[in-house]
Amino acid sequence: MSVLILAEHDGKHLKQSTRQAVTAATAWQLPIHIVVTGNAIDAIAQEAASISNVARVIKVDGAQFAHPLAEDVANVITAIGKEYKVILAAHTAFSKSVLPRAAAVLDVAMISDVISITAPATYVRPIYAGNVFATVESADALQVLTVRATSFDVAANGGSAEITSLDAPVANTQSRWVSEEKNVSDRPELASAHVVISGGRSLGERFNELLDPVALKLNAALGATRACVDAGFAPNDIQVGQTGTIVAPELYIAVGISGAMQHIAGIKDSKVIVAINHDPDAPIFRYADYGLVADLFDALPQLNAALN
Amino acid sequence: MKVLVAVKHVLDYNIAPRIKQDGSDVDIAGVKMGINPFDEIAVEEAVRLKERGVATEIVAVSIGGESSKDTLRHALAMGADRAVLIQTDVVMQPLGVAKLLKAVVDKEAPSLIILGKQAIDDDAGQTGQMLAALLGVGQGTFASAVTIKDAEVEVAREVDGGSETVVLKLPAVITADLRLNEPRFIKLPNLMMAKKKPIDTLAATDLAADFSPRLKLAKVAEPPVRKAGVIVGNVAELVEKLRSEKVIA
Ligand SMILES: Cc1cc2nc3c(=O)[nH]c(=O)nc-3n(C[C@H](O)[C@H](O)[C@H](O)COP(=O)(O)OP(=O)(O)OC[C@H]3O[C@@H](n4cnc5c(N)ncnc54)[C@H](O)[C@@H]3O)c2cc1C
Ligand SMILES: Nc1ncnc2c1ncn2[C@@H]1O[C@H](COP(=O)(O)O)[C@@H](O)[C@H]1O
Repeated sequence: MSVLILAEHDGKHLKQSTRQAVTAATAWQLPIHIVVTGNAIDAIAQEAASISNVARVIKVDGAQFAHPLAEDVANVITAIGKEYKVILAAHTAFSKSVLPRAAAVLDVAMISDVISITAPATYVRPIYAGNVFATVESADALQVLTVRATSFDVAANGGSAEITSLDAPVANTQSRWVSEEKNVSDRPELASAHVVISGGRSLGERFNELLDPVALKLNAALGATRACVDAGFAPNDIQVGQTGTIVAPELYIAVGISGAMQHIAGIKDSKVIVAINHDPDAPIFRYADYGLVADLFDALPQLNAALN
Repeated sequence: MKVLVAVKHVLDYNIAPRIKQDGSDVDIAGVKMGINPFDEIAVEEAVRLKERGVATEIVAVSIGGESSKDTLRHALAMGADRAVLIQTDVVMQPLGVAKLLKAVVDKEAPSLIILGKQAIDDDAGQTGQMLAALLGVGQGTFASAVTIKDAEVEVAREVDGGSETVVLKLPAVITADLRLNEPRFIKLPNLMMAKKKPIDTLAATDLAADFSPRLKLAKVAEPPVRKAGVIVGNVAELVEKLRSEKVIA
């Protein structure tokens, strides 16, 4: 029996979170297989094969995977899933759409957003916006789970797995892809950046004007609160928190953010948290390693200047 | 077109959960409960479809104990036409919920089924996808816009790094994300009127053979607390601290 990992990529490279899933998978001490779905993915399959501890890469190449739909990817997983002891993936929008669908077809429960694997079928996962850690045990013969990428190390290269091919199942007829709008940014990816600087709604229309220069100097990814995104000051894919992206950078800088528990849920594992807020009683200060009580409209330009 | 909306009765999102003394579970006795925020967005979307003349009937469904009727009444007050309580005292997990919802969908035959993208108590985010799988229909997860076009529905989805648009044949399952809409405020008269709308109660055991929990909750615990930090006097001091921590150059 082996562990199967559902890989994620952007058409060119594997996502870093797939390497973190590999580290999580080593908990079972079983052979690790990675299934890569996509269109013209030889290079990506090679990349997966070079990750240490990976025994086999299963390449599923098909035109329908140029823009993968959960229905089609789930069909791949259910076709081969019964041969495995564990099916896992990083807890991303892609896998969150695919794995529950596959689990239901395979008639097994799924464990979402696992932060620690304490025994082969015992998991710790945050519930209630990270306010509680639950330890759950699964008695299913097949374990299906997603793991929180930031809780596991990035698996390095050093492997040379065999690459096999699997015919793509026929494309589904219930759904079709129409278009996508990817926010192009030259900043590092939010989920894996070493530094993240986030703003709240109080930055208003000056969100980018004030944060961009500092982010550039720190090579930081930009983040935002829900209130800031809802108000239209920042794009929705940079929302950080319980229902946005979970981050765990070396340095997290929260600017004009009150520190609601839904936001804290997404930043708690950061190494160093800095808060800049003009209200000394703002809850964010309870989580910050360094707090600065100041008006952000003064502090951000000063910070930018100090980083020269 | 009939729309079915699944609504879960959960701990109010403003309240920090309390853990039982023996660490066996979260203690929700006597704590303020309400509709799962994402499900409120799901109901709002259904009501807007009805206001636009696209939907003709909205059925709200909840699985749980008697108290889930409060959340069903909330959905009725927002504009759902009728409600179904699938009664059980069993602790529900997504696969079991999906099986019971499938049984209701088989009976009601809605064209569109809307759920929340995640329940804010278990934070699982699985039920909609599982239901779509069991029904063998398409799924539009993390929806930020929903447009019915003849026998299909176009769904804008929030994905990592941007958004994506897919088209699904009806019937289909959609899970609501935060930006789909802003739920209306319920006025008192609507709440009074909702009391007159019907809530049917069905026994879970009559609908599905196996909806029991598959996962055992071994224990719950408080997450480790971050130790309190220091307040710095100015930006220069902050930068100095960060340099000495080696988190900035
Ligand atoms: C189901 C659900 C899910 C949610 N998910 C998320 C999520 O994933 N992520 C998330 O972030 N939120 C989420 N929220 C929202 C969350 O509860 C808060 O409403 C939100 O985080 C608040 O954003 P904010 O800090 O920008 O705004 P506010 O709470 O309004 O805080 C603004 C802060 O800015 C400070 N400030 C104002 N002016 C200045 C100034 N000139 N200088 C310095 N400081 C200033 C104020 O003192 C205040 O502390 C969710 C809510 C719900 C119900
Ligand atoms: N007990 C329940 N009753 C009704 N709907 C539910 C129930 N549990 C989950 N759901 C629906 O499934 C969605 C996702 O829940 P979950 O998969 O538990 O995160 C919720 O937003 C609800 O729409």
